[in-house]
Parts: sequence; C-alpha cells; structure tokens
Amino acid sequence: MAETAVLTREAGAADPGLAARLGALDLPAGGFTAAARKAALARFEKMGLPRGRDEYWRYTDPAAFNAAVPAPLQIADSGPDGPLFEDIDRLRLVFVDGIFDAEASDDPALEGVQIDTLAAAEGQADHWAAPVYGTLEAAGHDRVARPFGALNTAVARDGALIRVSGRPARPIHLIHRRADDGADVYFHHVIVVEPGAEVTVLETGMTGARSNYVIEVDVMEGARFHHISAKRAGYQKLGWGGIFARVAAKALFKSFNLSLNGTLMRHEAVIDIVGDDAVAHIAGAVLGDGKNGDFVHDDTVFITHGAERGESRQVYKKVLKNGAKGVFQGKILVKPGAQKTDGYQISQALLLDENSQFLGKPELEIYADDVKCSHGSTTGAIDETVLFYLRSRGVPKGRAIVLMVLSFLADALAEVEDEALREQISERLDAWLTRHA
Amino acid sequence: MLKIDNLHAKLEDEDKQILKGVNLEVPAGQVHAIMGPNGSGKSTLSYVLSGRDGYEVTEGSASLNGDDLLALEPEERAAAGLFLAFQYPVEIPGVGNLTFLRTAVNAQRKARGEEELSAAEFLKVVREKAKSLDIDAEMLKRPVNVGFSGGEKKRNEILQMAMLEPKMCIMDETDSGLDVDAMRLVAKGVNALRAPDRSFLVITHYQRLLDHIQPDVVHIMADGRIIRTGGPELALEVEKNGYADILAAEVG
Ligand SMILES: Nc1ncnc2c1ncn2[C@@H]1O[C@H](COP(=O)(O)OP(=O)(O)OP(=O)(O)O)[C@@H](O)[C@H]1O
Ligand SMILES: [Mg+2]
Repeated sequence: MAETAVLTREAGAADPGLAARLGALDLPAGGFTAAARKAALARFEKMGLPRGRDEYWRYTDPAAFNAAVPAPLQIADSGPDGPLFEDIDRLRLVFVDGIFDAEASDDPALEGVQIDTLAAAEGQADHWAAPVYGTLEAAGHDRVARPFGALNTAVARDGALIRVSGRPARPIHLIHRRADDGADVYFHHVIVVEPGAEVTVLETGMTGARSNYVIEVDVMEGARFHHISAKRAGYQKLGWGGIFARVAAKALFKSFNLSLNGTLMRHEAVIDIVGDDAVAHIAGAVLGDGKNGDFVHDDTVFITHGAERGESRQVYKKVLKNGAKGVFQGKILVKPGAQKTDGYQISQALLLDENSQFLGKPELEIYADDVKCSHGSTTGAIDETVLFYLRSRGVPKGRAIVLMVLSFLADALAEVEDEALREQISERLDAWLTRHA
Repeated sequence: MLKIDNLHAKLEDEDKQILKGVNLEVPAGQVHAIMGPNGSGKSTLSYVLSGRDGYEVTEGSASLNGDDLLALEPEERAAAGLFLAFQYPVEIPGVGNLTFLRTAVNAQRKARGEEELSAAEFLKVVREKAKSLDIDAEMLKRPVNVGFSGGEKKRNEILQMAMLEPKMCIMDETDSGLDVDAMRLVAKGVNALRAPDRSFLVITHYQRLLDHIQPDVVHIMADGRIIRTGGPELALEVEKNGYADILAAEVG
C-alpha cells in the first residue's frame, strides 16, 4: 500500500491556504479511526491543496474547494422532482448535513447485513471497519494526489459502516438531507462485501453548500456490489466525492452516478482490481445547464488492473448547455502480469449549444502484453438528420431533443442492471430534460 | 390534396438552385409517381415539402388541403397529414422502435386534439400492422432502424406510415434495395392504405413497384422541374427507352 504519498509540496513551503482550510475545521480525535485520521491529516498536509498546475487539476479550478469555508448561500432548489426510489422496497438510512438521523431512518436490522454508523461506532477501540477506514483512500494516492480524500478521512464525523455477509433482500438507501444551506458537509462510508455476498446501495438526496464524501468499498472474493447514486444538487452547490474500491477475485463492482445541476462537482473514482476474473464497471450520466450560473462537472477515474482476466468499463456521458463545462479524466493502468485484461473506456459529450465545452483526457498505461484495452472520446451536437426524422413523424422539436438526449445517455444508463431502478432514473432524466428544454 | 405551384428552392448555405419551378397537383385518392434522373431534385422536393432545414424556398407555394405547408414546422406538417418515407431511413440508437412509434402516434393525436392511445390499444394495432409487413416482435423492440437491413428499414417506414395514417404519403425510393418478396409486402401495405381521402406521391426509378401500385399519373422530373406528365404508360416508356428521348423533347 502507498503509505507514502507520492506528491509532495516543496519541502517547508508554508501554504497559507492549507492552514486556513484546516483552521476552519474541527478535527475529531477518533476512536478506532484515530490512527487513520492522524495519518490522513499528515498525508493531506504533505500533499497540500490542489493547484491549477497539478496534472489532474488543469481543467477544473480547485479554488472553491480550497476555500476555507464555502461561500454562504441560500440554495435554490434544483427542481420540483420528488425523492427517487420512493416506491422501491429498501432500507433507508438518513443523513442530515452528513450526520446520521436515526429517527428519520428505518430500523437497520436486515438479514445478511450489519449496519453501523461512524459516529456511533467511533468510540469503540476496535471495529470491523478499522482495517478499511482510510486504508483504501490512502491506497488511492498511489500515483495521483487526492488531498480531499485525505482531508475527508481526517475530518468526517459520520457515515454508514455496512458489512454485508449475505444477500439482503432489500437495497440499502443512503439518503442525504440538508438542514443548513450553508453547511460544509463531510461524510465517509465504509462498505465491506464479504466473500460471496451481494448488495445494492442507493444514494440520493441533497446536501448543503459544499460537500465532501468518501466511500470505501471492499468487494471480497466472489462478492457483488451495485451502487446507484443519483444525488441532487442545488444550482450553487459545490461537491467533491471519491469512491475508493478494492475488487477481489471473481468479484463484481458496479457504480452508476447521475449528476444534475451544481456549480462545481468533481467525482473521483479509484478502483483497484486485485484478484483474477474480477469485473469493475463505473458509469456516469451528467446533465449540466449553465443557465443558473456556472456548471463544471468533472469525473476523474483511475482503474488499476493488478490481476489476470479482469474486465473494466468506464462509460461517461455528459449533456451540456448554456456554457456548461464537462471534464473527464479516465485512466486504465494495467500492471505487469495482469494478462488478458479487458479494459474499455468511453467518454462522450453532447453539446446542446456552442457555448458549452467538454474536455477529455483518456489515458492508457499498459505493462502486460496480452491485453485488450480501448478508449474513445467524442464531442458532438444534436444530429440534425435524426432530429428532422423525428419531427417529420410529428414529434415536436423539444420532445425530439429529449428523446435524442435519452438515446445518447442510454449506454451509461444500461450500466444500471436493475430494470425498475433504471426506469425510474430514466423518468427522472426525462423530467429534468423536459424542464430544461 | 397536395398542390405545388412554381416551387423554387435553393440550398440555404450555397448559391445552388435545385428546384426551379415545380408544378404538381395530386388530387385526393390518387397515386402519382415521380421518376427522373439522379440528381434531378426528387428527394429535395420531398424534403422541402416536409420542412427539412438547409433549403430555402425562393419562390412559389405548396399546400396540403388548403393549408400553407411552407409556413408550418415539420411536426405541424406531419400533424396536418403529411408523411415522408425516407430514401435513407435514419438510425436512432437507444430509442426503441415501439417507443418511437407510440411517441409519434400520440404526438400527432395530441396536436390534432385527439385522445392519446393507451399502451394496450397501441400495442394491439402495432402488432397487427407489423405482422402484415412481416416485422417481428424482435424488430419492434430494437432501437429504431439500428442494425436493420436495407429492406427491413424500408418496411419499417411503411409500418410508421400505416400507424400514422397520413393523408398525403410521399415515398422516396421505398422500392430501392427491396427483394421481390419485400416489394410485394410493401406494395400490399400501400394498397391497403389506399383510400378516397388519402393520396400518394411515389418517387421511384423502376416500373417494378408501379406494377404493384398502379399510379394514376406519372411525372418526369429533370433539373428541378416536372418536364412531362402522363399516364402509367409513361413509366413503361422510361423503363424501355430511358430518359434520353424525353429530355431531348424538352430541350427541343
Ligand atoms: N444538402 C445538399 N448539399 C449539397 N447539394 C445538395 C444538397 N441537397 C441536394 N443537393 C444537390 O441537389 C441535386 C438534387 O439532389 P436530390 O437528392 O434531390 O436528387 P434526386 O432526384 O433525389 O436523386 P436520386 O435519384 O439520386 O435520389 C443534386 O445535385 C444534389 O447533389
Ligand atoms: Mg433521391
């Protein structure tokens, strides 16, 4: 594991921004997480805040993430949509400004799963989550500095700790709510899917002014993990999030992320395939409308194949209008010996006007000779021929464009295996697109 | 039904005149054929009538049952009863054929102030019509035209036409690329739609289709104009002698 963070600032250079950033935070002492928090803080201080010249921050200005406190704001609601997945039988865990709300949540008893929360378990000297907390996040710095991940491990007070030993009948639904529009929210989930177990984790809702989340997922041998995140954002919201996953032999990891609105959103995904015959898919659908102010959405993905016959897929689709900016930085690293790796990456942007832009940085780094890896990145506008075809059949222009956008997003959405869930997301997209037509 | 008067159209971005004064009238209930050499402007005429971007009408008019077609958006022309079966049907990945058909049918019904079809009613009708065109359930589920063979795409156009029940059907080379059996199916589909209040404008290069769909009138188009109009025998003449004599007569 990369205990030594790779990227370090010039020795001794004091970073006033860093001091201010830390000064504004209340650092928990931690119980079973104490050592991890301490190490994370040291990592963070060593790495410093990201700067525009850092390799993976060239397209996205980190200033708003670096600021000591988020700008105070009143969040304009992101739309009339009600909560997602309402009619699906699931176990709800509610977090308000990043803090677990037991009253608002379901009874966490569910066969095949043990659910704890970080704040409640913290006092224990030892906990099953201890070997994972901060460990996968730290490993994620192997080649790329992820200061906000380290910061999260150091300061997050709460989050879900989910240990799956069986195949729970219901998905677990993490619901985020906001109490304070101006809140600077941190939460940290740890999910361990034990050998042969399987779970679906849903995430929805909305947090305050700025959020920072880390999800660490340990998918053990033969286990299956499905993650569907459709968090809402107010138009002014800032968000950074990182999912750090370790995928063992014959295991499956699947994560789909829907993003609507927001001012500046960055999702980092670091997925390590450590066992043979494992599968890791990560997908994202982003809809950005710059009408209400800035919109920058950045997905930065790093998948490492460290074992044989692994299959990975990255499928990212961004629909941008009114000056919205989309960024995708995706990397596939195939380590020596990871033969028969099948790595695939596609990032596509549909620009609905000429003011919007998409910046893509696909990367392959391969140290094994018998592998199949490909990547593609495209930027395009609405296809006038298709638009005319639809209109000539009587479909009004606005509706035709919605259909075309949904068609553009279809490959990303297809990564949601469950048909009922997929259908609900599709309806949500349809409603958003219709409103923003 | 369809009345085209001295229609001139050029490319929007270029100084290229394509339609140079088309005069054509298709009365209700009739089938008219348009033949003519490659590049004479047949597809352009069909696009200008259905409202495709990229062309500019510089002179003349076109109306459907008295409505000024040129003033309408493409979807309004469709709702008014105009249908174009494309020479090159378009693929729409990610949109299922059924979803597409239902969206189109209901959009038109809505535009006309009619009740939308329920899912069950729609399915019943579409299955029946698809069957008569030898389009199976599989094809109905697949994304619109994606991976369809040339002939399948053309049959899919006729299915759309059958579902939308337009008043004025323009078919641009629906027969090209069809095998003998598919041609029969398409002709059968068209003939089943023939009605006193429905007209057809069939663009084709071959007599073959016209053997099955008897036209009332045949027009020859060349260099952006209708240069000759006659009965079904005109198509036979073209089939036998090509366009040389007709073009020569026009010039002379
Ligand atoms: N968008 C366009 N850009 C450039 N040229 C065009 C365009 N549309 C039509 N043309 C030109 O206009 C002329 C008429 O084309 P059109 O497709 O209408 O012919 P057609 O009679 O349908 O031919 P065919 O029998 O080959 O289908 C051709 O010279 C064609 O190249
Ligand atoms: Mg043509």
